[in-house]
Amino acid sequence: MSPTVNATAQPLDVAAIRRDFPLLSRILHGKPVVYLDSAVSGQMPLRTIERMAKYERDEHTNVHRGVSTLSQEATDAYEAAREKVRKFIGAASIKEIVWTRGTTESINLVAQTFGRMKVGAGDEILLSAMEHHADIVPWQMLAEEKGATLKVIPLTDDGELILDSLDELITDRTRIVGVVHVSNVLGTINPVKEIIARAHAKGVPVLVDGAQAVPHLKVDVKDLDADFYVFSGHKLSGPTGIGVLYGKLAHLDAMPPWHGGGNMIRSVSWEKTTYIAAPGKFEAGTPPIAAAIGLGESIDYLEALGLDRIAAHEHELLAYATEKLSAIPGLRILGQAKDKASVLSFVVDGIHAHDMGSLLDGEGVVVRAGHHCAQPIMTRFGVPATTRASFAYFNTREDVDVLVSAVLKAIEIFK
Amino acid sequence: MTDPRELYQQVILEHNKKPRNFGKLEPCTHHAEGYNPLCGDQLDLTMVIEDGVVKDIKFHGSGCAIDVSSASLMTGAVKGKTVAEAEAMSEQFRGMVRGELDPATQAPLLGKLTLFSGVKDLPSRVKCAVLPWATLHAALKGEAEASTE
Repeated sequence: MSPTVNATAQPLDVAAIRRDFPLLSRILHGKPVVYLDSAVSGQMPLRTIERMAKYERDEHTNVHRGVSTLSQEATDAYEAAREKVRKFIGAASIKEIVWTRGTTESINLVAQTFGRMKVGAGDEILLSAMEHHADIVPWQMLAEEKGATLKVIPLTDDGELILDSLDELITDRTRIVGVVHVSNVLGTINPVKEIIARAHAKGVPVLVDGAQAVPHLKVDVKDLDADFYVFSGHKLSGPTGIGVLYGKLAHLDAMPPWHGGGNMIRSVSWEKTTYIAAPGKFEAGTPPIAAAIGLGESIDYLEALGLDRIAAHEHELLAYATEKLSAIPGLRILGQAKDKASVLSFVVDGIHAHDMGSLLDGEGVVVRAGHHCAQPIMTRFGVPATTRASFAYFNTREDVDVLVSAVLKAIEIFK
Repeated sequence: MTDPRELYQQVILEHNKKPRNFGKLEPCTHHAEGYNPLCGDQLDLTMVIEDGVVKDIKFHGSGCAIDVSSASLMTGAVKGKTVAEAEAMSEQFRGMVRGELDPATQAPLLGKLTLFSGVKDLPSRVKCAVLPWATLHAALKGEAEASTE
């Protein structure tokens, strides 16, 4: 289904993997839970939950504070997690890895520092038509503040970006391009490397929202040549409250701090404060230490499974689910891009997505129903909401079969 | 926990498929728009009130079956009632779906609208059932917009 998939990868031992996720043995409304909502939040493997508990039980203290052995241990574990993230996305230096609360905070940070530095009255910010609200609203706020305008890369009916006119859309007033790597609604894998190259040809930096990409495909920020690459821990089988901003060091060095406070200063006097270098400059206050360590553990888990094997498994499930759901009369899949990650949005004639979501819930099937924080896409496709199933490495063909039969039951009820 | 499937009774499904009082009254004396930011459901409510009585009422918009059937049944229930009675029904309906009032004993004005009482066990759907009533309340108070935030 996708050129990024390695067809020769050894299949995953899904039965063994499922034992790492206690939630998967829950019963909902008398039915075994079928978790098809990893695009909302990925489940954490037990070893991550246990690693975080160990920190809280045996190691809890603050990081980068004082000379105690405990503080040094916590700092070492916390910084080791940063190194795991660096390696995971192929960054050159851990100085380029800034901890944030998540994708949303990462983008706000860039908009409020880099954006405020670069964008002025009459300038343009170019976004794709399939951005999540997290990659729209911070730029809209900046544009309002500065008197700048937002421009949009349009979409085809299949859910692919129309790049024919990209060179015209990037003008001499464009100050930054924001593009999602994998659409959380349509599943489209965007050709971000090409978009970045074409923006760079005009001297324009690019921020990539990788929230839905990192769980599904191997990302190499150096190969992409992304200026900024952002994602959340909890979509990556990690905890909530932790996220990552990757930025090229030259950008991070040139950016002013965002939040002020402890941990980000070199020296403070009543007259003047000086700041430490990136990434610390952007990390005021006490961070979510357990969450950072937990994310590092989840990355170890995913790498042990193998990103290529995960991608192959998920694409196989996506192809199977696409075939099965497409055969249902009155059901329409939104997003038919050639290159897709395992996110499947659909609408059914005469059944609102929320009703579908509730009825699937009654069958133990957990999906997302709604506008997916991407209302411009709903408007583009003329629907109020969609139902979205997303597949992870622990899902099976049987999960897809349960989904399909639950959808058929819902259609029967509404007949 | 209530099975979500139990909510989809025949009356609700039937009103969803064929909503009563669907459309817009022009001219009208009272008007409000309801919005559920969680799901994007929208409801446009127009009313003609004369001498303190709801002479006519229509709704328009898009939403889920719970929202649409609630609006359909609400418009039928308040038509012909006084403004005070409509407000009292609104109070009882909202109390019922929030689980604060017992539908059997504490919601005498609601009649068949008590079939929405099961919504109280599905917190994510309470806002869907309440949206028409919140919009009605806003229209009666002379407010242009209602939100279930």
